[in-house]
Amino acid sequence: MSEPKYETGDQVRILDIGKPGHVRTPTYVRHKIGIIERYCGDFVNPEDKAYGRWDGAPIALYRVRLMQSDLWPGYTGAPNDVLELEIYDHWLAPAGEEAA
Amino acid sequence: MNTEPHDHDDGHDDGHGDGHDHEHDDHAPTREDDDIELTEREATFLALKSLLIEQGIVTAEEIRKRMEFNERGSPHQAARMIAKAWLDPHYKTRMIDDTKAAAAELGIETTEAELVTLENTPDRHNIVVCTLCSCYPRSLLGEPPAFYVSKAYRSRAVREPRQVLKEFGVDIPQSVDIAVHDSNADLRYVVMPMRPAGTDAMSEAELAALISRDCVVGCALPSEPGGN
Repeated sequence: MSEPKYETGDQVRILDIGKPGHVRTPTYVRHKIGIIERYCGDFVNPEDKAYGRWDGAPIALYRVRLMQSDLWPGYTGAPNDVLELEIYDHWLAPAGEEAA
Repeated sequence: MNTEPHDHDDGHDDGHGDGHDHEHDDHAPTREDDDIELTEREATFLALKSLLIEQGIVTAEEIRKRMEFNERGSPHQAARMIAKAWLDPHYKTRMIDDTKAAAAELGIETTEAELVTLENTPDRHNIVVCTLCSCYPRSLLGEPPAFYVSKAYRSRAVREPRQVLKEFGVDIPQSVDIAVHDSNADLRYVVMPMRPAGTDAMSEAELAALISRDCVVGCALPSEPGGN
């Protein structure tokens, strides 16, 4: 298992890498900024697994926490309502960097 | 067995649903409700399945066994774990630290790569959804309910969780934060609800009976003893 690039609390931007196929990054979180909730371990990339390729090096998976008020304009829940989901390393960049 | 897709695309209309004077009754039923027109994807699935069987890549028995295996889980497994966690703070800690190991302690086999327990607290209510498909902790809960797979739930639970919960009869006050968990990749989630008041004298089995499937998805709260 390689050393994870991000630590809990790091601010990250979820990228839109424009990859077609069996990707697991939902559209609604792309371009959004959140924080790393935890590093989940390394997993074989589902973008490859979906096409029968299981031999790639496992990649880091993180849970990213986003504020609901950042996701949905006019969100009417509580100000601290959050959404968490799992994002693979190659869909993330440090929040300070511009999206690819 | 002829699992060829039905004749619904060949231009003639023979009035589906009559079930008797159909001119292609020579095939075995491919599913329970075989009188309903197949969608293109269902037809593709059936064609692929019969090809795989004909080519000897899988057997019908293997497919049946796998379906049976997929359906062996039941909400009772998760309820047992949660009830034990309510009674045993050490087990609760272990369940939150490593849900798969905590399941194994009770003899529950899990096939998920990772399982995560999300603890409800007086300050936070957790709700689980898979926006991309229907990822679900099947080992601990069985097959997902129809609502969980519906596009309405999958799109609305992330965008307006409070409204969705209200429609399930769960009113979360604004003073309690809601955490929506999109089960979009490799982890699977179970919600550990708070133990209801008035259950101090209850046994583990009695507590487990309060914990329904929807409680573990975060769409319901455990019933209080003697109430509704």
